Amino acid sequence: MIEIRWHSRAGQGAVTGAKGLGDVVSRTGKEVQAFALYGSAKRGAAMNAYNRIDDKPIINHETGMEPDYVLVIDPALAFTDNITANDKPTTKYIITTNLTKDELISQIPALQDKKDRVFVVDAIQISLDTIGRSMPNTPMLGALMKVSGMYDLDFFLESMKRVLAKFPQKIIDANMAAMTRAYNEVK
Amino acid sequence: MAEKMELNEIEVWDGNYAASQALRQAQVDVVAAYPITPSTPIVESYGAYVANGYVDGEFVMVESEHAAMSGCVGAAAAGGRVATATSSQGFMLMIEVLYQASGMRLPIVLTVVNRAVASPLNVRGDHGDMYAGRDSGWVQIDAFNAQEAYDLTLCAFKIGEDMDVRLPVMVHQDGFVTSHTAQNVKPLQDDVAYNFIGKYQPYEEMLDFTKAVTYGAQTEEDWHYEHKAKQHKALMDSRDVIDRVFAEYKELTGREYNRVEKYFMDDAEVAIVALGSAVETARYAAEELRKEGIKAGVVAPRCFRPFAFDGIREALENVKAVSTLDRSCPMGAMGTLFNEVSAALYTTEKRPLVSNYIYGLGGRDFSVAEAKRIFKEQKAHADAGHLTTPIQQFSGLRGPKLGFFETKRGN
Repeated sequence: MIEIRWHSRAGQGAVTGAKGLGDVVSRTGKEVQAFALYGSAKRGAAMNAYNRIDDKPIINHETGMEPDYVLVIDPALAFTDNITANDKPTTKYIITTNLTKDELISQIPALQDKKDRVFVVDAIQISLDTIGRSMPNTPMLGALMKVSGMYDLDFFLESMKRVLAKFPQKIIDANMAAMTRAYNEVK
Repeated sequence: MAEKMELNEIEVWDGNYAASQALRQAQVDVVAAYPITPSTPIVESYGAYVANGYVDGEFVMVESEHAAMSGCVGAAAAGGRVATATSSQGFMLMIEVLYQASGMRLPIVLTVVNRAVASPLNVRGDHGDMYAGRDSGWVQIDAFNAQEAYDLTLCAFKIGEDMDVRLPVMVHQDGFVTSHTAQNVKPLQDDVAYNFIGKYQPYEEMLDFTKAVTYGAQTEEDWHYEHKAKQHKALMDSRDVIDRVFAEYKELTGREYNRVEKYFMDDAEVAIVALGSAVETARYAAEELRKEGIKAGVVAPRCFRPFAFDGIREALENVKAVSTLDRSCPMGAMGTLFNEVSAALYTTEKRPLVSNYIYGLGGRDFSVAEAKRIFKEQKAHADAGHLTTPIQQFSGLRGPKLGFFETKRGN
């Protein structure tokens, strides 16, 4: 079982990202779960989304988890959310930021003993450059593919094309570019 | 003709979308709706199917849930296949008309996404609304995940519309935990799903002008009692039809449903009885505890109504201790599942120890660890030969420990 926790603001696409990831994973014969905790939260409010991935049907419906990956798609939440809650000695962090990894870690005490498990990517800037607006969810998935090695980039991009099929070609192409850049730039 | 939708063998759907797809495949004639969180996406999606030509039906926007169910009653009496969705306060506003629908024997399908009832206001899930429907004369079927929300909504049409039943049917799912959680769902193709349910067969429809009928007549003392007793018998007798529809669905899909679901019960010593998504979390806990040597099992009434008094009794009569989990605040009494399970078990020789937990109100998380703790507590009851705690307790509640009533057995 792989468990993933997203830290996001309502409107940044964490739910769509979690469901998109679920969609891709389901096409490889695995079972998935994608859900969010947002209640009646409004756009801009801090929220969490979650994924579970397993080889057998997922029947655990509790919202708590010890995540294998923590994905932070809003830069400020790395400072204000408890992003290390319920973590494990192996939990990996991918954080959206325009800071370098060292700059970021030096400002967040909770990450200082986890340096080798922290990865940074500027998913906001990448989405502005490629999609034309701040939409850090799909670039974060590109970064996750690199860090986790879950699927190779070409397979993942092809699968995401099908997930995004309802959108105009221009938007699909922009998302492909965003995921590719994040895959290459995460460190 | 409505357009067909190409579906993948495996889709990743949440419970709401799964239910809406079942309504589309049933080719519902009329949906009269007043959307409410967390069931909004069901009727929202249905509206989109109508607008995009995927359903040859009518989507009627009304001004309240009372009007929504009233519209459904009218359309069903006219002779159409009818459905809608609601939750919580919306369900409460529908209640008056729910009794009208069942009294008129109209096979409407209501997809209920269970949510806490105010006050205080809360959009998250518990079973307060589902429990409020339990005397309304509807068949109430409970789905524990998105796949089941889809499957059971299809089955609901076939059950309610059966000429031996002709009663309205609710299909429940948990707000957010099921309705907004996307999981692998294996849908049927459109033709297969529609053919399973079949073409709607009207009965005494008002639009048949060759044969005038009255719906909702006034009876007073003269016939009311006989009418209600007949309605109760129809709901009791629907058990056979439900079994048959579930068997046919298994034949078609391989997915098995029973009026009482049993997990690890063949040799279970201790059991949890629950409804909704907690059933699956408890299953997960039971599976883990079995590795520690605790023979834990889970029993779930798939049909909240008609209540499987006999099925519950057979499932539980050989266990030593049972915890009944109610996700609705009983307000001055024991929980409903406790009362109904206890009543069934009272008629057995061995009379297992039964206790009651209130849990998960307003969306409070129900964890695997908590399910394990409850199982272990049942084991302690079983080993002692009597309840070692108050009969009614509260799971996951902050503040001082709350409990009510002590057992008079075995102390």
